[in-house]
Amino acid sequence: MSSATQALDTVQSVTQSGYKWGWETEIEMDLAPKGLNEDTIRLISARKEEPAWLLEWRLKAFAAWQQMTEPQWARVEHAPIDYQDLHYYAAPKRKPGLKSLDEVDPELLRTYEKLGIPLKERAILAGVDPASVEGGSQIAVDAVFDSVSVATTFRETLKKAGVIFCPISEAVRDHPDLVQQYIGSVVPVSDNFFAALNSAVFTDGSFVYVPKGVRCPMELSTYFRINARSTGQFERTLIIAEAGSYVSYLEGCTAPMRDENQLHAAVVELVAHDDAQIKYSTVQNWYPGDAEGRGGIYNFVTKRGACRGARSKISWTQVETGSAITWKYPSCVLHGDDSVGEFYSVAVTNNRQQADTGTKMIHIGRNTKSTIVSKGISAGRSNNTYRGMVRILPMAAGARNYTQCDSLLIGDQCGAHTVPYIESRNPTAKVEHEATTSKIADDQLFYCRQRGLSEEDAVNLIVNGFCKDVLKELPMEFAVEAQKLLAVSLEGSVG
Amino acid sequence: MLEIRGLSAAIEDKPILQGVDLTVPQGEVHAIMGPNGSGKSTLAYVLSGREDYVVTGGTATFDGHDLLAMAPEERAATGVFLAFQYPVELPGVGNANFLRTALNAQRRSRGESELDAVQFLKMARTETKRLEMPDDMLRRNVNVGFSGGEKKRNEVLQMAILRPRLAILDETDSGLDIDALRIVADGVNALRGPDFSALVITHYQRLLEHIVPDRVHVLAGGRIVRSGGPELAHELEAKGYAGMVAEAV
Repeated sequence: MSSATQALDTVQSVTQSGYKWGWETEIEMDLAPKGLNEDTIRLISARKEEPAWLLEWRLKAFAAWQQMTEPQWARVEHAPIDYQDLHYYAAPKRKPGLKSLDEVDPELLRTYEKLGIPLKERAILAGVDPASVEGGSQIAVDAVFDSVSVATTFRETLKKAGVIFCPISEAVRDHPDLVQQYIGSVVPVSDNFFAALNSAVFTDGSFVYVPKGVRCPMELSTYFRINARSTGQFERTLIIAEAGSYVSYLEGCTAPMRDENQLHAAVVELVAHDDAQIKYSTVQNWYPGDAEGRGGIYNFVTKRGACRGARSKISWTQVETGSAITWKYPSCVLHGDDSVGEFYSVAVTNNRQQADTGTKMIHIGRNTKSTIVSKGISAGRSNNTYRGMVRILPMAAGARNYTQCDSLLIGDQCGAHTVPYIESRNPTAKVEHEATTSKIADDQLFYCRQRGLSEEDAVNLIVNGFCKDVLKELPMEFAVEAQKLLAVSLEGSVG
Repeated sequence: MLEIRGLSAAIEDKPILQGVDLTVPQGEVHAIMGPNGSGKSTLAYVLSGREDYVVTGGTATFDGHDLLAMAPEERAATGVFLAFQYPVELPGVGNANFLRTALNAQRRSRGESELDAVQFLKMARTETKRLEMPDDMLRRNVNVGFSGGEKKRNEVLQMAILRPRLAILDETDSGLDIDALRIVADGVNALRGPDFSALVITHYQRLLEHIVPDRVHVLAGGRIVRSGGPELAHELEAKGYAGMVAEAV
């Protein structure tokens, strides 16, 4: 039997034991009744003590959603989702009047400790040697548990720099003008089926505001945890970078192992003004389902950044290893002249996972530039599709795009697909697209093993080499985490 | 000591090795010569554990270890090194990282302590220098964009760093100019000693002027048909394989 076939066998024999984040926190929850109607939305809005304008906005989104149908164009398959069979609000019950971190329910603190996300302000991720980040990068964390944010660290430090980092529900209360001005301005309520659903029922997520000329003094991160059964998570994140500012933001996510499929439909909006830079990194590790494709998260996410200002820059970096189905296309609308959009992606699918992911780069301003580097890795009986659009509008003189799409196959029962859409309406624009597909070859595995590496380590090394161009875009601490995660996701074949 | 008894092997049901008997005592360098298709590379692959080859009979032990029962990485940890005829490219994998991971995997498996990045680089740079190779050899991705000669030299560098006890060189001389040939030979000669033995597979006597073997064996039709001292290589050079193979059969 060839090495690659053996690697495939081990991939297929991988059980749930590979997913280390699959346990459940027992905690008393405040649950909205199952079902979705105007009353559900009023209840969410009331729970969050929202102003009238936001309730109106939600109801408008709901009305739009009711007229829409699920998108069918992605290369993914799933049984119909019963949107009436979900809880749209699930929050841990907490004592009123809790203010400091010390007052967070100890069960929740333990949950995040166990996940390696300390909510005490020492801010080093688990598995990262504190010495390696000494004197430098502290990381502020917003912890979102089901429908609500349960803690946000380092807020005082950030406040001194003028940076606002808080749950979006709090921003609605404390910074209503900012929220009202920007929410839905990048992803309109009726943008697509899942964005409309999110706009109607979103519960929490993070809000970041970086004032003019400020370089955010630390990495910001949000850690999303789905815990409750039969719930959907609909978070909404809004990041605004004023002229000349800089912020680097990272999100991570996990969920318990369950037989049921759970829906995660998020919306992320980024706005970068003149000379501002937003670096947005995702390490997506939702429960992928078991080896036979039972359970797992449906990750249907709309992420879009608007480079509104001249010379602004938005960079998306994503490492997608989890979820039963991933449907997301973090995009950049390049309005500002000389603005820059980047998309770096590693998407891994194993067993029965499906991923249809990529980006859209919309060039509107002059001399706008975009770079797309996508690395898809398929193993088991999974399907992995890169879908990307580059659109150059007539005004975008001198626009440039470079796209590189590489696929790596492990075994012969998986699929890799590349679907690029290129539309150029300006003759001075230059668009380059390169695509490759390769297999981890038997001779590569044998070469590594002959030098003393185990088969798992060999596949690991080859996969990490394949992803290097993307992993190097991650903040250093997270690159280490991401490498470990790649190993776990392809456990058996990819170590 | 490498001991091969009656070794037979096939690929896709086609018999290639048909009863190879060969002993390489510790500290000795033996050359295997033979015409194309005689099974030289198959012998190298079977000894190092490539899975496409099916062993159909016989035994192969190294220092008492039953090689044929071991995974390729276990054989490597025991000290078996194969210098590939066609070294493989590993895109995105840095040579230094690759070698350190390999060396530490071997050391772990032998119960030795691992080398940290600093210790490793110091050792690796010493070897690159000794083999007259540029430092960037360690920074480049494994064999990616290497010329044929560079790939072969990289094999020798890997051998120098991994310090095997049994090196199998599968036509490491093919495609090398005379300077590269000398560097490769120096690399092998530097390792010679009581704890190192080697099986040098080659078509030509040329390499054996630089690496003088203790014994020369001729492999033809999947069997060792003649063995002798270094002078046998000269005889082959003069008479060619045809006569000798016919004589033996």
